[in-house]
Amino acid sequence: MTAQVYKWIGTRPKRPDGADKVTGRARFGADFNMPGQLIGRVLRSPHPHAVIKSIDTSAAAALPGVRAVVTAADFPEQENLIVPAGEMQVNLRDVTRTIMAREKVLYEGHPVAAVAAASEAIAKQALALIKVEYALLPHVIDVEEAMKDGAPILHDHIRTDGVQPVPTKPSNIAKRIENLKGDVAKGFAEAEVVIERKYTTAPVHQAYIEPHACLASAAEDGQVSVWTTTQGHFQVRGFCSRLLQIETSQIRVTPSEIGGGFGGKTVVYLEPVAIRLSQKSGKPVKMVMTREEVFRASGPAPGGAMTVKIGAKKDGRIVAADITIALQAGAFPGSPIGPACWCSMACYDVDNIRVVGFDVVSNRPKVAAYRAPGAPISSFAVESTIDILAQELGMDPIDLRLKNAAMKGTKTHYGPVFDRIGLVECLEAAKNSAHYKSPVKPGHARGIAAGFWFNVGADSSAAAHVGEDGTVTVISGNPDIGGSRASLALMAAEELGVDYDKVRAVIADTHSIGFNFVTGGSRVTFATGMAVVNATKDAIKELRVRAAKIWGVDPEGVVWEGGKARPAGHNVGEFEPLTLAQIAAQAGKTGGPINGHAQLNAQGAGPGFGVHIADVRVDAETGHVVIDRYTAVQDVGTAIHPSYVEGQLQGGAVQGIGWALNEEYIYNAKGHLDNAGFLDYRIPVASDLPMIETILVEVPNPHHPYGVRGVGEVPIVPPLATIANAVARACGTRMTSLPISPPRLSAALDAAPKLAAE
Amino acid sequence: MAKLHVTTKINGEEVEYLCDAQDSMLDVLRGPLGLTGSKEGCGSGDCGACSITVDGRLTCACLMLAAEAEGHDIGTIEGLAQGEKLHPLQEKFIEMAALQCGICTPGVLVAAKALLDRNPDPTETEVRFWLAGNLCRCTGYDKIIRAVMDVAADMRKTVAA
Repeated sequence: MTAQVYKWIGTRPKRPDGADKVTGRARFGADFNMPGQLIGRVLRSPHPHAVIKSIDTSAAAALPGVRAVVTAADFPEQENLIVPAGEMQVNLRDVTRTIMAREKVLYEGHPVAAVAAASEAIAKQALALIKVEYALLPHVIDVEEAMKDGAPILHDHIRTDGVQPVPTKPSNIAKRIENLKGDVAKGFAEAEVVIERKYTTAPVHQAYIEPHACLASAAEDGQVSVWTTTQGHFQVRGFCSRLLQIETSQIRVTPSEIGGGFGGKTVVYLEPVAIRLSQKSGKPVKMVMTREEVFRASGPAPGGAMTVKIGAKKDGRIVAADITIALQAGAFPGSPIGPACWCSMACYDVDNIRVVGFDVVSNRPKVAAYRAPGAPISSFAVESTIDILAQELGMDPIDLRLKNAAMKGTKTHYGPVFDRIGLVECLEAAKNSAHYKSPVKPGHARGIAAGFWFNVGADSSAAAHVGEDGTVTVISGNPDIGGSRASLALMAAEELGVDYDKVRAVIADTHSIGFNFVTGGSRVTFATGMAVVNATKDAIKELRVRAAKIWGVDPEGVVWEGGKARPAGHNVGEFEPLTLAQIAAQAGKTGGPINGHAQLNAQGAGPGFGVHIADVRVDAETGHVVIDRYTAVQDVGTAIHPSYVEGQLQGGAVQGIGWALNEEYIYNAKGHLDNAGFLDYRIPVASDLPMIETILVEVPNPHHPYGVRGVGEVPIVPPLATIANAVARACGTRMTSLPISPPRLSAALDAAPKLAAE
Repeated sequence: MAKLHVTTKINGEEVEYLCDAQDSMLDVLRGPLGLTGSKEGCGSGDCGACSITVDGRLTCACLMLAAEAEGHDIGTIEGLAQGEKLHPLQEKFIEMAALQCGICTPGVLVAAKALLDRNPDPTETEVRFWLAGNLCRCTGYDKIIRAVMDVAADMRKTVAA
């Protein structure tokens, strides 16, 4: 593929929301207020598993200042129907039970009632007056415990899906899936080396710094307005419409600036409750979660339990892989078990693969998407096993991966055949990097791992409006979570041939632009970017028509080049080129406003691959892991705004480092979460880390006009194994259970039969 | 219960407000005073998104009672820019893409300014430990640390010139 020369793509201009965000002017979820608003608060279950025998809200309702109280009785029952939500599938029957418990509470923090009152203090007082009678049930937290016969059953109606014959008894295993390629038994029979290990990872939280927050105002005529922090305001509209039986055209959702989401803000928790409270009270209702509520009751990512068996020839050629993955779905079915299975071996071209997955419910909050949902978990297990294989064979871990790397034409174990992908390029870039070529410092060790994520396309709408002065507004409908407005404006400027500062990208509410699927799946710059490019092309088509009118020629005789309308050739006639501003100035005389529109279902999201390298040191005394150097290599397709692409790699890598080293949900014997705060749920802080070096490999996606691949999710996939592999090589102890926190590692080092390897 | 009357200085201007005894400084800043640039990420002093200065000293507004502001000098993110001129830290954060979602940014900027006010020549380690109380979930801190180091170097050049 020849290198493209662009004027704006690949440059690093200032983002359009920059000044607002460095001055405190930008308005996030909790920054919206309305005159006369009430404050809504949620009463949550103190028990992990119990039958709700009765709820008495009369004393709360009678408290002066309380304007509305809701329980599950205020929300209609929903049918057992699965709909897409972000990168996950959700069941509306379960969603209505997530926003408000019905027959049972299924985790500590499960909402049971909510109030709206004149002040937060009164709302809190009112919650204390609500009497809930519970009949306690035995609970189960751990995924493997939940799968055992005799485990407390969460849902009597669940029969394991995907098992023949259909089971007659209820189970916590909601689903079994299997991907099969080739003949695994035959593959292992040919293997000369076989490695088999068992792994676990802890549930972790997306830990966006901004808690969930919304403001809802329901008018007497049935129209509803919602301001909320979300990754998908069309998703919020859709959920609220179904859960409250309000037509979508009656609900206008305006997204605030969003203070991080990482998948966790693709679902609804507060919005339907705030709307219902607003309907009942006749006043706007504002609801903001505390940090503790965020931890206890918003979607974490699942914990996992896996076994990986890999067989290879002595030359490193992998001939078979047999993998089992069980993921915690939380209180309701729907863990990302599919993606976990598909991503597990996607980096490798292996003839014989079997992957079996289980979706398992237990008494924890229902999981939500978290950056490449499922992939970091299964990848940790597979990439650790491949590292053990490299050690066993005495091979360089990059060479071993190069020998087995997937490439164009590789048929994956879950079906699709890869088009042009960049894993080999990433492995080679890693191998040739300054980092990998540098000697490992004494007392340190180096680990590497690869990772994969499909990336998503899906539905997007966009418009391009030409103003009377010839500047352009690009309108789309995906909340900008990390600089996408800048990328969309760059693509529009490139297409139009005008300067970046003549294009302003804005995000419209649900009434002001067509449907856009969530900001998720690394899809915005790819899919919404394509919609923006098409909307801009549509505007250009109209600009050519107007120029033709001005010149009195056929529109086919006008081309758009370098930001100007020009005659297509001498036979059209000799005309001075017309700029965008010149055409816009005459719009009133040539047919009125000049706008472009586009809507699409984007296909061909280019799969993304990354390779990470870490140098670590282990304090044998304390089990503390110090990261000395870290490099993230990734095929990013085309880096539209390289600074924000680097930022995605750096941020994803550090989230993965947190997953590897510190982060975990800690439950006590009573099924209560013991660390529902940032002091005890420790995300990485600045002093934990070195600079995160990035290498952007650009293998353009053939299915996007500028070669864009999604970049946001891949970088969280490799770090878990990268760190674990480095730690194993640093201290000779292979940690197969995450996180590798100081107490766990020091215990493992103490238990190790021999001291750390030299 | 009677409200408490507080007279204080916020971003150089004298301000009066009424508050309840249990109100935090953050409640009053974000509520009656309408200064929503300070963010509430945790309410427990763990995330730093509500970083302010009190007589020049870095503090989490969520850990301070609003009544305690009496007679003190409070600095918030809204006071960082002078008129239409951004502070060099603000300029640099935009230029170097040292923010993604931007929720932690006000707190990080207030904290970074407090650092540079007392240490114009910090090492990378000093910057990392000073900002260890400001959680950022998006950036991995790399570009934040680089931006603060860059501004410190620029400001030293300006002083030297």
